[in-house]
This record gives sequence, structure tokens and C-alpha cells, in this order.
Amino acid sequence: MKNIWLYILVSAGVSYLIRVTPLVLIRREITSRTLRSFLYYVPYVTLAVMTFPAIVDATQSPAAGALALAVGAVLAWRGGSLFLVAAACCLVVLGAEFILL
Amino acid sequence: MDSNQACFRRGIRDGMPIALGYFAVAFTLGIAAKNAGFSAVQAMVESLTNNASAGEYAVFSLAAAGAGYWEVAVMTLVANARYLLMSCSLSQKLPPDTPLHHRMLVAFDVTDEIFGISIAFPGRLNPWYTYGAVTVAIPGWGLGTLFGVMVGNVLPMRLVSALSVGLYGMFLAIIVPPARKDRVVLALVLLSFAASLAAARWSLLAGISSGIKTILLTVVISLLAAILFPLKDPEGGAAA
Repeated sequence: MKNIWLYILVSAGVSYLIRVTPLVLIRREITSRTLRSFLYYVPYVTLAVMTFPAIVDATQSPAAGALALAVGAVLAWRGGSLFLVAAACCLVVLGAEFILL
Repeated sequence: MDSNQACFRRGIRDGMPIALGYFAVAFTLGIAAKNAGFSAVQAMVESLTNNASAGEYAVFSLAAAGAGYWEVAVMTLVANARYLLMSCSLSQKLPPDTPLHHRMLVAFDVTDEIFGISIAFPGRLNPWYTYGAVTVAIPGWGLGTLFGVMVGNVLPMRLVSALSVGLYGMFLAIIVPPARKDRVVLALVLLSFAASLAAARWSLLAGISSGIKTILLTVVISLLAAILFPLKDPEGGAAA
């Protein structure tokens, strides 16, 4: 059995280094138009990639997840706040799984 | 421009749904930690210092198998590599004159969710907004893990599954409004959905972790978009 505290220390150190290195090293505004455009698109692409199909796989019933995706997308399109959209998705899954399961 | 105090309060408000979702996700993580032989306190410390679901999950599975420390280091690096990309993006969202201590503090909790709301902050990011969100989100994450170890499976699965979807709802609230305003972003979101589905279901890619898939898809699609649809403004205002 290895030391669990050392596992924690190692994983914590690596996790922090990954996050802090770019923020400390890239101090200036990037001037390359391609690179700037790339970093502008990254958040939307990465959050979209992480949302679907994960939202459908996270629920016990895939249909409930799909319904939450649809409701969440419509509410967000209409300018719903972060809290409203998140809460609505939770309630949709809770309700849908209550009926479906 | 709002005061630091106002930004901090706004961060707390936007951090609330994150904290709730974190609690649910961390709860399931705590169950994995317990199986790996972590005490409740050890699991909570792991969560408070790592702030990463996939990364921590990997650490717990490796610890359960008695893996070496180097293996844990490499696996943590791979599972969390997407945060490197997010921190690059955040470096352009912060005002260029942001002092070092703020950069080091903001870096501590660059997670999918905290990154998401920080990017959605109008104009340049005020670090205090992120601190506000982190102030409520981190305790949710840590306590969720703690309770996951302590009380195991008492929270009904139905509630856990409903709460975990809240995080995705938040992602939608972040990516959909800009997609409505910008056709390119809309096309990218839809393309990302399709590509992500294909990558998740294509059996040839079954051996690749979802963290690596996320990075590959993000880099390829964003780079393509950057080449085909470069930003127009020469002044270089803040992204988003």
C-alpha cells in the first residue's frame, strides 16, 4: 500500500502546475490574429463538446437528458440566466425520470 | 466598470448553481474515493487541492490499484490537460496588467464551470468575480466528496442524476447566447455537438479517455474556425 497523502500531494501539484503555467507565462496580449481567434473560439467549442452527448449519458434515462438539453437550449436562447437554465434542466430531469422510470 | 465588491457578490450569485452541481458530482466521487481506501478527510483534501472530477477519479482508480507516484502524475497531467488550454484562453481574458498574485489565485480553480462563467463575464475579467464563484463552489466540491465517503449511497440516484445535469444546463446558458448573436459560433456549437457525439460513440476511439477526446476536438475545431473565420476587430477586445 502506497502513502495516500503522497498521492494527494503529487496529483495536487500537477493539477496546479497545468493551470498556473499559462496564466503566469502569457502576460501580454497575443497579437497573432489566428492565435487570438483560436483562443476566442476555444471556450465555446470545448463547452459544447463537453455538454453533448454527456448530458444524455449523465441521466438514468437518456430521454430525460435529451429533454433537459432541449429545454435548456431554448431558455438560454431566450436569455435565461445561468441559475434559471441550470435549475430548469435539473427540474426537467427530476420530472421526466419520475414519469419515465 | 463595477467595483471589486460588486463583482465578488455577482460571482457568489453565479457560483451557487455550480456549488449545488459540484456537491452532487463530488458525492459520487467520494464513493469512488472510499473504495480506493481514502478516508473522508483525505478524499476531501484531494478534492480541495485538485478541483477536477475526471482527474480525481483517475487518481482514485490508480490508488486503488496501488500504482506508482509517477503513474499518478502522468495520469493527472493527461486527465487535466484541457485546463492548460482554458488557462491560455483566460490569460487573454484578464487585463494584461493583472498582477502575478491574482494570476496565481485565479489559476487555482480553473475548472470547466468556473472557466465557463469567467469567460462569460462581460469585457475583461475582474478576478474578484472568479473569487466570488470559487468561494461557494469549492466548499460544495469538498463537502460533497466528504459526505460521499461518509454516507455512501444514501442520496437517491434520482436526485444525483438530476443535480448533475445542472452543470450542463450552465454550459448551455454560457454558449447559447453568443451563438445567437454570432452565426460562426452557432455553427461551431452544432459542429462540436456532432463531432463529440461521433467521438463518443465511434468504437474505434473507445480506448481514448474523454479528456483527451475533448482536447483533440477542441484544438481541431477551434483551429479550423480560427483559420476560416479569423476575428475582425484589430484592437483585440476581450474574447466574448
